[in-house]
Amino acid sequence: MSPQFTSPPNSDAHSSPSSSSSLISSASDRRLSALVRHLAAEESSPMDSLSASPTAARADSVFAHVVQGPEDPILGVTVAYNKDQSPNKVNLGVGAYRTEEGKPLVLNVVRKAEQKLVNDMSRVKEYLPIVGLAEFNKLSARLILGADSPPVQENRVTTVQCLSGTGSLRVGGEFLARHYQERTIYIPTPTWGNHTKVFTLAGLSVKNYRYYDPATRGLNFQGLLEDLGSAPAGAVVLLHACAHNPTGVDPTLEQWEQIRQLMRSRALLPFFDSAYQGFASGSLDADAQSVRRFAADGGELLVAQSYAKNMGLYGERVGALSIVLKTSEVATKVESQLKLVIRPMYSNPPIHGASIVATILKDRDLFNEWTIELKAMADRIISMRHQLFDSLRAKGTPGDWSHIIKQIGMFTFTGLNPEQVAFMTKEYHIYMTSDGRISMAGLSSRTVPHLTEAIHAAVTRLA
Amino acid sequence: MASTMLSLASVSPSSSISIHDTHKGKIKLGSLERSNLFLKTEPVGRVSMVAAVNTSRFDGVTMAPPDPILGVSEAFKASTNEKKLNLGVGAYRTEELQPYVLTVVKKAENLMLQRGENKEYLPIEGLAAFNQATAELLFGADNPVIKEQRVATVQGLSGTGSLRLAAAFIERYFPGAKALISSPTWGNHKNIFNDAGVPWSEYRYYDPKTVGLDFEGMIADIKAAPEGSFVLLHGCAHNPTGIDPTPDQWEKIADVIQEKNHIPFFDVAYQGFASGSLDADAASVRLFAARGMELLVAQSYSKNLGLYAERIGAINVVLTSSDTAVRVKSQLKRLARPMYSNPPIHGAKIVANIVGDPTLFSEWKAEMEMMAGRIKNVRQKLFDSLCAKDKSGKDWSFILKQIGMFSFTGLNKTQTENMTNKWHVFMTKDGRISLAGLNLAKCEYLSDAIIDSYHNVS
Repeated sequence: MSPQFTSPPNSDAHSSPSSSSSLISSASDRRLSALVRHLAAEESSPMDSLSASPTAARADSVFAHVVQGPEDPILGVTVAYNKDQSPNKVNLGVGAYRTEEGKPLVLNVVRKAEQKLVNDMSRVKEYLPIVGLAEFNKLSARLILGADSPPVQENRVTTVQCLSGTGSLRVGGEFLARHYQERTIYIPTPTWGNHTKVFTLAGLSVKNYRYYDPATRGLNFQGLLEDLGSAPAGAVVLLHACAHNPTGVDPTLEQWEQIRQLMRSRALLPFFDSAYQGFASGSLDADAQSVRRFAADGGELLVAQSYAKNMGLYGERVGALSIVLKTSEVATKVESQLKLVIRPMYSNPPIHGASIVATILKDRDLFNEWTIELKAMADRIISMRHQLFDSLRAKGTPGDWSHIIKQIGMFTFTGLNPEQVAFMTKEYHIYMTSDGRISMAGLSSRTVPHLTEAIHAAVTRLA
Repeated sequence: MASTMLSLASVSPSSSISIHDTHKGKIKLGSLERSNLFLKTEPVGRVSMVAAVNTSRFDGVTMAPPDPILGVSEAFKASTNEKKLNLGVGAYRTEELQPYVLTVVKKAENLMLQRGENKEYLPIEGLAAFNQATAELLFGADNPVIKEQRVATVQGLSGTGSLRLAAAFIERYFPGAKALISSPTWGNHKNIFNDAGVPWSEYRYYDPKTVGLDFEGMIADIKAAPEGSFVLLHGCAHNPTGIDPTPDQWEKIADVIQEKNHIPFFDVAYQGFASGSLDADAASVRLFAARGMELLVAQSYSKNLGLYAERIGAINVVLTSSDTAVRVKSQLKRLARPMYSNPPIHGAKIVANIVGDPTLFSEWKAEMEMMAGRIKNVRQKLFDSLCAKDKSGKDWSFILKQIGMFSFTGLNKTQTENMTNKWHVFMTKDGRISLAGLNLAKCEYLSDAIIDSYHNVS
């Protein structure tokens, strides 16, 4: 094992071995054991290109033991798509809305709000408070819970602005890991690929509850009830508020009611991930029903909101974490502790996206315009579902594809396996995640036929 | 249900269960569940009314203390005294004591809006044009580390977020390695390392006797630390003291760091803002890089571009090879993804547009010189006022020797409280004042306050 010291070219190097060799070896030992742990870690995949062993790398780098990390499975799809030169390529990977022309969309109402903000000479860029823009927080709580919701009326909600959905989940997770007695969170199988990492790094242990039934391509409701029923009392349960990612399979309202009763009777703590309010059905209220039912029963809950999709503010990273508590006293204390999580993470959140949201939500006309644009996006996606379904049926592709029109939201869980997916990518330049998820937002009337061909070929050639 | 809400803090678990017994819903508690605060059975026949337990699950959460730095501004806002002066948080103020949005920033934002750019997710590592610009700004575009592609740069959430990514990286890849932070240092540094799980200890820095640098103590403590420690250094304009090492002292600091195989970790929050020159303020970082050392640098554009609330910064890691830089960058990404997925776009685009346009870049440099110049003027005026009013012969020259937004006055906690309570001067308890919040008109008043607190209060 080579000693780790730098030998810069033109310094009068102090090469005196003032430190004992035991100190040198302990530093190197630490790095070697980090390497060993890292190699054993679950993140290793065939895509890992392991670096040469430490002794083969340049001896003078103390970072020699750091191996190449794999590309993020979801965002990596876009990376691969960008590299592809084929004119027929279609990106059905990441969940970002595309127009019928396949272009990203900035909502008109967002441009209007931005123009207002830029024109406002009184606006400054001073640090927001740690909890973010106060107006944004109030309006966000009202949006998800409803202005007439008891917790809102009774001032029992604390809301903190966070970095979109991810940031809200992470801050919520860190808070629970520090202050909540049950440090286990139950997440559905399957779920968004980043959930496990977010909660694990937050300090919670992650378990699963059954959710998707591959046989029906629908909800495994019995399994869900059994698994939540046998979870330890008080455990945290992650729920997708609507438009489950990646399956698009949502419980019915009746099923939500049963879930709510079961959870409350076992004191399971709901943690909602609401990334598609208004985007799933086209109605902000309808898409918030699951959260609102829980909020109305007097119990406590967490909800992470994202404005990435429904306001198209992806890169601005706007979201909020709301925690509904029993009393406003507890809410105040909880808020003070949320600040202690946030301050050492990024001090205070970014102002731009939150200002856009607040501008829109508080103005009646802009709000109405938003709901119209939102419905238009949701409608286009629903129309893509029908087009794809009709197209597969017309082609006579084997299998029942009705799940395409039953599932809701941006994604469809096609039921295709990784082998079929790889085939479609290779032969038809269709980019999607290997779990068979496709983003309907990335489809257009123009590309539906090509996708149909690809699915047909994959299903008939690789059964 | 609201009527049964008692002050739950005083209620013990077993007695809270008795509250449930009196609940209208006629809850029956099984004997097994009596010991579990979480469980209660459903009221029979009232399925639709199943509600959660009466006690908050978070009842044991205590009220956290206000942030010592950000809390000062809150206290200032609450004060109604007309003489009040906010010398708390380090945000630049104009001579009229107003917040300042740089003209060049407004121009960039207008350009961005006119161009109608989209709001797609950035890659996890941030905006490529920003990452390139920020590394070049820091090291110089012609620097070998840039030319040889040996810098891993990832856009972060201003200085804090960049420091946090680096700290998380240290925890994962250098487990057990210590961070060495100056005594004193920015109050949030220790919180960042604590939350990231990185142990830390302090090296001597501020010498209250000289109101200057305790250089011998600093070198001794860095030398005494376990080999392979990460030494946190302020690139320029040390916060909170304003005391920077001289170029000669920087060389000696680099010597001892190399000798002990430590890794330098720079916090650069004031490049261009300290002296007015971007290059001069980067000299310490460039000195270390020129020695071929590997190092980490967290950058912030909060102050020098006035982009405080946009949260724009970067973490840079200089490696011995471009291969290693690629790998290190990939692992920084794996830490960012479960924290916030990808960074915010707005501030990054502003920086990239300004740095990428020669005209805007020149305008920026001029505005930065103006801001740094105003602070130097205010230092001079404060020094002159103190000398004129204070007949004790105390040496106030540290005001001129210190650099950047902050000055460490040497006032202790009680004296600082006097500043606030008697003179309505809001500042942090460590005796730090933000000169960015001072103007020429208030120097005399502030001098009176400082002299009174220093001499008449212990």
